[in-house]
Amino acid sequence: MSVDMLQIPDWSDLGGFLPETVMFGAFLLALLGDLVVRRRPVVPFAVVMAGALTALALSFAGLDAPERTILGGLVVVDGMAAFFRILFSLIAVATLLVSWASEEIMGRSRENKGEYYALIALMTGGMMVMAEARDLLMLYLSLELVSLSSYVMAGYMRNSLRATEASLKYVIFGAVSSGVMLYGLSLLYGLTGSLTYAGVRDALAAGAGDPLSLLTVCVLLLAGLGYKIAMVPFHFWAPDVYEGAPTPVSAFFSVGPKAAGFALMIRFFYTTMQPAVDRVDWRLLIAVLSVATMTFGNLVAVRQVNVKRLLAYSSIAHAGYLLMGFLMLTAEGLQAILFYLLVYALMNLGAFLFVVALNNSLKSEHLDDYAGLGFRSPWAAAMMIVFLFSLTGLPPTAGFIGKFYLFAAVMHEGWYWLAIVGVLNSVVSLFYYMKIARTMYFTKAPADAPAVPIAPLHYVTLVLLAAPTLFLGLYWGGFKDLADRAVQHFTAL
Amino acid sequence: MAFITDHILTWVAFAPALGAVLVLAAGRTPGTARRLALGAALVDFVLSLHLLRYFETGNGADQFVEHAPWLAGGKIAYSLGLDGVSLWLVLLTTFLGPLVILSAWRAIAERVREAMAFLLLLQTAMIGTFLARDMLLFYVFWEAMLIPMYFLIGIWGGERRVYAAVKFFLFTMVGSVFMLVAILWCYQQAGSMALADFLQLELSRGQQSWLFAAFALAFAIKVPLFPFHTWLPDAHVEAPTAGSVILAGILLKMGTYGLLRFAIPLFPEAALALGPWLAWLAVIGIVYGALVAMVQQDVKKLVAYSSVSHLGFVVLGLFSLTTTGAAGGVVQMLAHGLSTGALFLLVGIIYERRHTRMIAEFGGLAHAMPRFAAVFLFVTLASIGLPGLCGFTGEFLILFGTFGSGLLPHARLLTALAATGVVLGAIYMLWMYQRVFLGKLGERNRGLPDLSPREWAVLLPILVMIVALGVHPAPLLERLEPSLERILAPVAALRQTESTYGLAAGMPADRPAAAVAALKGDR
Repeated sequence: MSVDMLQIPDWSDLGGFLPETVMFGAFLLALLGDLVVRRRPVVPFAVVMAGALTALALSFAGLDAPERTILGGLVVVDGMAAFFRILFSLIAVATLLVSWASEEIMGRSRENKGEYYALIALMTGGMMVMAEARDLLMLYLSLELVSLSSYVMAGYMRNSLRATEASLKYVIFGAVSSGVMLYGLSLLYGLTGSLTYAGVRDALAAGAGDPLSLLTVCVLLLAGLGYKIAMVPFHFWAPDVYEGAPTPVSAFFSVGPKAAGFALMIRFFYTTMQPAVDRVDWRLLIAVLSVATMTFGNLVAVRQVNVKRLLAYSSIAHAGYLLMGFLMLTAEGLQAILFYLLVYALMNLGAFLFVVALNNSLKSEHLDDYAGLGFRSPWAAAMMIVFLFSLTGLPPTAGFIGKFYLFAAVMHEGWYWLAIVGVLNSVVSLFYYMKIARTMYFTKAPADAPAVPIAPLHYVTLVLLAAPTLFLGLYWGGFKDLADRAVQHFTAL
Repeated sequence: MAFITDHILTWVAFAPALGAVLVLAAGRTPGTARRLALGAALVDFVLSLHLLRYFETGNGADQFVEHAPWLAGGKIAYSLGLDGVSLWLVLLTTFLGPLVILSAWRAIAERVREAMAFLLLLQTAMIGTFLARDMLLFYVFWEAMLIPMYFLIGIWGGERRVYAAVKFFLFTMVGSVFMLVAILWCYQQAGSMALADFLQLELSRGQQSWLFAAFALAFAIKVPLFPFHTWLPDAHVEAPTAGSVILAGILLKMGTYGLLRFAIPLFPEAALALGPWLAWLAVIGIVYGALVAMVQQDVKKLVAYSSVSHLGFVVLGLFSLTTTGAAGGVVQMLAHGLSTGALFLLVGIIYERRHTRMIAEFGGLAHAMPRFAAVFLFVTLASIGLPGLCGFTGEFLILFGTFGSGLLPHARLLTALAATGVVLGAIYMLWMYQRVFLGKLGERNRGLPDLSPREWAVLLPILVMIVALGVHPAPLLERLEPSLERILAPVAALRQTESTYGLAAGMPADRPAAAVAALKGDR
C-alpha cells in the first residue's frame, strides 16, 4: 500500500467536500423526517430539494479552483469535479420535479414515497464522489454506492411485475460486471502496487505491466464502467430496466449515472492509463466500442414501439457519441464531452418527462397511443419536438451544438472515419426520433382518444428544460464557458 | 426607419418569423391567421423591394453587409450579405411568399394557424440561407428549412404523405451531414467560420476533391441531380399545393445556389476536375427527367419530373464554369421558380375542383374553363422555353455558355444532348396540354368554374414576371454579372489556355448581357 494512503483526514477537508456532505446530510434528514412525519412525502421532498439547491449553489465556486486532494487522498476536487457537482445537482432538481407530479411515484397505492426522495439524495451524493475518486478503492465504493441505490430505485414499484423483473435483472447484471471490474482492479493493483491513481500512473509510466495483462485490465475495467454508461456489449440491462422502472427513475438513470460513469472513466483513464497507451492501444478499443455502441443503439431503436424502450436505446447511442470525444485525450474533446453531457441531460430529461407527463393520463408508453398528440396537447408536444430535434442534433437546438463540438474535437485529432460514422448514425437516429414526431403530428387520433391533461408542475418543468435546449442552440457561449473552465486545471491532460 | 434600413437584411430574413409568432399568438380563427400571414409576407416583399431599389448595380461584392460576432470570440459570426445572385433569389422568395399563402387560402382548411406559421418560418429559413456569409449560420438555416417542410408535407399532404415526408427528410439529412463534416474540416484549417476565410484556404488538389464531393453531395441531393432525385416526385406529389410551390420554386434552388456559392469557388480545382462528371449527370437528368415526365399519368408528377429536367439545365450551366453559363443557370433558377411554381398552382386549382390529377380524367377542359386553359397554355409555353418568355432566356444562356466553355470537355456534345431535352420538354408539356384541355369535354368536367378573382390575384403577378424576364432580362443580368465574375474568379484564375474550344470573336462567352443583346441584334 502506497504511502499517501496513510494521510490522516483533516476536518478542514470537509470544506472542500461540502456539496457531497449536504447531499448525504439531506439523505439522512429525509429518512429521519420520513420516520417522524409519516405519510407526508412533502417533508423528504423539500429536504432533498433544499439539499440539491444548496449543493448547486455551493458548487459554482469550485469551477476555477486548482486541484486539491482531500480526505486522505481518496478524492480530488478540481474544476471538473465542480462541473459534475453542478450537473448532478441540476439533474437531481429536475428529477425531483418530474417525480413529484408523477402518478407512478406519487400514486395513492405507493408506499415509501419518502424513501424514494431520500434515495435520490444518496445517489446524487454518490455520483458526485464518482466524479472525484482518485483511488481505486474510492472508485469501486462510489460506483457501488450508486449501483446499490439504483437497484432499489428501479424496484420502487414493488407490486409491478415489470419493475421487479427490471430490478432483478439490474442487480444480476450489476453484480456480475462489478465483480469483473473488481478483478480488473485487483490485477491493476498487482501490476502497479498502488491504489492511488497517481501511484498507478507513475508505475505504468515506469514500465510496469506487459501489453497482454494491461489489455486484460482494460477489458475487465471496461466491463464495469461500460455497464454504468450502457456501452455495447454491456448494455443489455438498459432497455429492460428503463422500460420496467418507473419513468422518472428511467429518466434519472439515463442521464445521472451515465454522466457519473463518464466522469469516473475520464478521471481514471486520463490519469492512469495515458502512459500505457503505447503498450495497449485502448483508444482504438474504445473507438471500436464507440462505433458499436452508437450503431447498435440507433439501429435497434428504429424498431421500437414503446417510447420508453426507444429512448433507452437512444441513450445507448448517445453513450457512443460521448465515447468518441472520450478517446481523443485532448482538452477540446473533454470540453466537448462536458458540454454534451450538460445538453444531453437537458434534452433527455425533457423527452422522458414528456413520457412521464403523458403516462399520468394515458397509462401507456406505446407509440400508437401518442397519435395526434400534436393537436391534443399542442404545447407539450411542441416541446417534445424540441427535445427530439435536439437529440437528433438538428439546428437550431442545443443538441446540434453539442454534436458540433464533439465532431470538431474528433476531426481535430484526425479521426475522420469515426466522425463520418458518427454523422451517419445521426441520420439513422433521425428516423426513429421522427417516428415519435410522426405519430404525434401525422397520425390522426382515434375518436375515443382520452383527453391528456398535463400536471402544471410538469408543464413548468418542461418549459424549464425546453427553453435552454432551444436557447443553447442559438447562444451557447456561457455554458460552453462552464465546460471550458472546468477543464482548465485538469492536470491529467 | 434607419433602424430598419441599417439592418435591412435581418429584417427581410426575420420578418416572416415574426409574422409566424404573430400568427401563432393571435391567429385564433382561420380567417385571422390567413390575413396575418398574408400581411407578414407582403411586408416582407415590400422590405425586399428596398434591396432592389438600393442595390448598387455593377458592384459584385456583398452589399448591405451585417456582421456581429456571435460566439467563440467572433470566430463564429452572425454575418449576412447580399450580392447579385442572392438578390434575385431573395426577391424570388419574397415574391412567391404572399402568392403561396394566397394559394393555400382555401386548400388548407384544417389547422390553418399552424400551416401559416410553418410557411412563414420556412420563408425565414430560406432567405437566411441565401444571405448567410458565415458557414455555421448557413448550415443552421439550411437544416432549419427541413423542419417546417417536413411538417407541411406530413400534416397537410396527400395520401402517402408520411412516407414522402420521411423520405424527404432522410435524403436531405444524409447529404447535409457530410457537408457538416467538410465544414468542420475547413473550420479547423481556416480558424473561423467566415465564408471569406474559407475562400482564402489553400488546399491541395486531393483535399479539394474530398471537400468538393461532400459539399456537392449535399447540394446534388437538394437539386436534385440524377440519380439522387427519387425523393422529389414523392415529396412533390404528396405535398399540399403551397408546399409544392415552395419546393419547386425555391427549395430546389438551394442546391444549385449552394453549388454556385460554395462548392465551385471554395474548391475551384476540384470543380474543374469533377465538374464534368456533374455536368454529365445533369445532362442525363435532363433527358431522363423529360422521358419519365412523358409517361406520367398524373399531372403533378409530370411537373415534378419536368423539374428534374429543368434543374439539370441549371447544373449544366453552372459547370460550364463560364459567366454566361452561370448567369443562364441563375436565370433558369428564377424562370423555373416562376413557371413551375405557376404550374403547381394551376394543378392545385384543378385538383381543388375535381379532386383528381389524372390526365385520363380530363379532356376538353378548354371548353369549360377557357381562361384557365389560356393561362395554363401560357405557363406551359414559358416552361418549354418559348422565346419572349422567361424559360427561353435561361436555357439559351446555358446552352450558349456551355457550348463556348473552354473548361468543360465535350462541351459541344453536352450542349447537343441537353438541347434534345428542350425538344422533349416541348413534347411532354404540349402532349399533356392536348390531352387535358383539347378534345371532347367529358361529362364530369362540365360546369367546372373558371378562375376566381383570388386565383387571378395569385397568377397574374407570376404571368407578368414571366413576360418581363423573357422580354427584358437586362436589369437582371447587369446586376448578376459582376457578382458571378467574382464568384467564378477562383476558377478563372486557374484557367490556363484561354478557351481551347473558343468561340468566334464577337460572341463573348463571358458576358451574358452582351450575349443576349447580340442575339436580339442590338449591337
